[in-house]
Amino acid sequence: MSVSLLPFNLDFQGNPPILDFKNLITIATRVNMTKASIENKTLEVLLKSPTGIKGLDEITGGGLPQGRTSLICGGTGCGKTLLAMEFLLHGAMQFDEPGVFMSFEEKSGELAKNFASLGYDLNELVRQKKLTIDYAHLDPIEIEETGEYDLDGLIIRLGYAIESIGAKRVALDTIEALFSGLSNEAILRSELRRLFNFLKEKGVTAIVTGEQGEKTFTRFGLEEYVADCVIFLNHTVTQQIATRRLRIVKYRGSAHGTNEYPFLIDRQGFAVLPISSIGLDHTASSERISTGIERLDAMLGGKGYYRGSSILVSGTAGTGKSCLAAHFVDAACRRGEHCLYFAFEEAQQQIIRNMNSIGLDLSHWIEQGLLQFVNSRSTLYGLEMHLVAMHREVENFKPDIVVIDPISSLLTAAPGNEVKSMISRMIDYLKMKQITALCTNLTATNSSIEHTEIGISSMMDTWLLLQTIESSGERNRRLYLLKSRGMAHSNQVREFILSDTGAQLLDVYIGAGGVLTGSSRMTQEALDKALSLEFKEDIERKQREIERKKIAIEAQITILHTQFEAEKEDLDRLIAKQILKDQVLFNDELNMSLSRQADKWSACQSGNEGKTQ
Amino acid sequence: MNSENITPTESPKIGREKWQLRLYVAGQTPKAITAYANLKVICEEYLGGDYQIEVIDLLVNPTLAKNDQILALPTLVRKLPEPIKKIIGDLSNTERVLVGLDIRPIV
Repeated sequence: MSVSLLPFNLDFQGNPPILDFKNLITIATRVNMTKASIENKTLEVLLKSPTGIKGLDEITGGGLPQGRTSLICGGTGCGKTLLAMEFLLHGAMQFDEPGVFMSFEEKSGELAKNFASLGYDLNELVRQKKLTIDYAHLDPIEIEETGEYDLDGLIIRLGYAIESIGAKRVALDTIEALFSGLSNEAILRSELRRLFNFLKEKGVTAIVTGEQGEKTFTRFGLEEYVADCVIFLNHTVTQQIATRRLRIVKYRGSAHGTNEYPFLIDRQGFAVLPISSIGLDHTASSERISTGIERLDAMLGGKGYYRGSSILVSGTAGTGKSCLAAHFVDAACRRGEHCLYFAFEEAQQQIIRNMNSIGLDLSHWIEQGLLQFVNSRSTLYGLEMHLVAMHREVENFKPDIVVIDPISSLLTAAPGNEVKSMISRMIDYLKMKQITALCTNLTATNSSIEHTEIGISSMMDTWLLLQTIESSGERNRRLYLLKSRGMAHSNQVREFILSDTGAQLLDVYIGAGGVLTGSSRMTQEALDKALSLEFKEDIERKQREIERKKIAIEAQITILHTQFEAEKEDLDRLIAKQILKDQVLFNDELNMSLSRQADKWSACQSGNEGKTQ
Repeated sequence: MNSENITPTESPKIGREKWQLRLYVAGQTPKAITAYANLKVICEEYLGGDYQIEVIDLLVNPTLAKNDQILALPTLVRKLPEPIKKIIGDLSNTERVLVGLDIRPIV
């Protein structure tokens, strides 16, 4: 067999060609919102229709498959209609893609009312020809079936609605109503297939909703026909707290997030939280921001926290965690930054009053719009709801700093591991936005001090531990800096004092008396002071003595020197006298010999000349 | 399809007939033709000419589908006498058409 006949261009060894799967997937998942970027591509990629729903576009990699039909299934009240309608509404309002909503269950008037509560004016959109709502109703009581029929009526209606406003998006909610209205399932199934083909031919991006079946995704097996994208909505209640979740069961031709993502339906509509899809690729700022406490800045390499980092302040009750947070907030507001304070245990007024007592006036930051409190009980709603609510607030307020006080209270809303995953998602999210997060954590008194119940310390960049130590009949606060990533930081314990003028850090007493804080530190310090004073006096006395000695010695030296001078003078005088004496003697001798006419005169004279010269 | 083509019996006495029937179709499909033929036979036999059939082609007037909530085709709608009744299909089962139109055959 010759090589050319081999299928798939097998090479000579008979190996199949190596497919670059990775590359294929990247190409397929690349989202193309603009048409310009598509033109440059030689490969035809799957285009996507953005849903405009927060989070959903992220996990689907850009939206629903364009020009295809997606199925949204789930139990009663899980939000199918809302998702379908929001897809159309966002399409009409944000992406200039008019939509047709064919409702089989709710009348258009009811729909308009329901969505008015979410702030959407359906009637206005209908008037602007951006939306068409068609209520298709089948009442089995007034219908009799005889012989062959088809669903051309529905297709014509749909076709007309699409044509009349140039719709790009269609929602059928829920087409399964046909199964209860019409009894001939065989006809229905073939007609549904035809209907979906029709939608595909029209090039509209369609959403079909379906009620969850007992063992199947939809009661009537719609997933058989809609094969491109299936999204499953789920609504579970654990510990009396309801959580909605969304999962993409299938997305042909595209990579997608596969997890169950919590989602939320609130005043602002549908929001999915794809937070666990957030990667660890946020930028790390090297900018440093003050903690609001000078000595704490000094402990943190002299400059404070990193911007965009996460800080955990843990400690037992009454150790001053909130005060640390308040100082941080106050310092940020002084710099003109925006702070968002999530308080789960105290009311806004209470926090303001309490912080006033340590000399921090937070109320005027609120007036200036730099600080915003979000107070809610942790048990108010489920964890996901908290997360979404926090997301919303962060999105709206766009803070530079977020305080969560305390994260441990969220434990009451959900089991620990879920809180951990939520906090990690929240922190990832804040980091991505370069928002500095300060979380306080209440440690139970009986547990290890370095134990955070939620086990989140590993996620945090900086960890401050506050502790009260009971000794000498009083409790004193201590602050430890357990870790601070990426900076030289102090390993020393500090005493943490709350006064009228704010929080202060003091050095603890470390010495012969051990590590002391509070009044025992002061006593020890006073003792030390007295001791050192004594030493000082001693030294001064000794110095004075030495000085005196020096003066005495110097006086003696002078006396000796004078004596020496006197003796030397004496000696000189003697020498001079002797010379004079010698001279006189010689002259006398000379004169004598001259008078005697001595013959050795000349010799003597010359010899004396040499001497006298 | 033009409605006049298959409704030769349509008279100007609209509203006076006891039976006002409306047949929705989409083009001259075999099902539509069968349905119309079946309807004619049944009407002639059981209504004795006291009826009016209006054929509506949705390909020509797609907006009309909304008013009578037409999804399946062909659909026969009994506008009068009230209440409104609908029969979908090609009307091949005479018995069921009679039940649907609430006509009791004279024994």
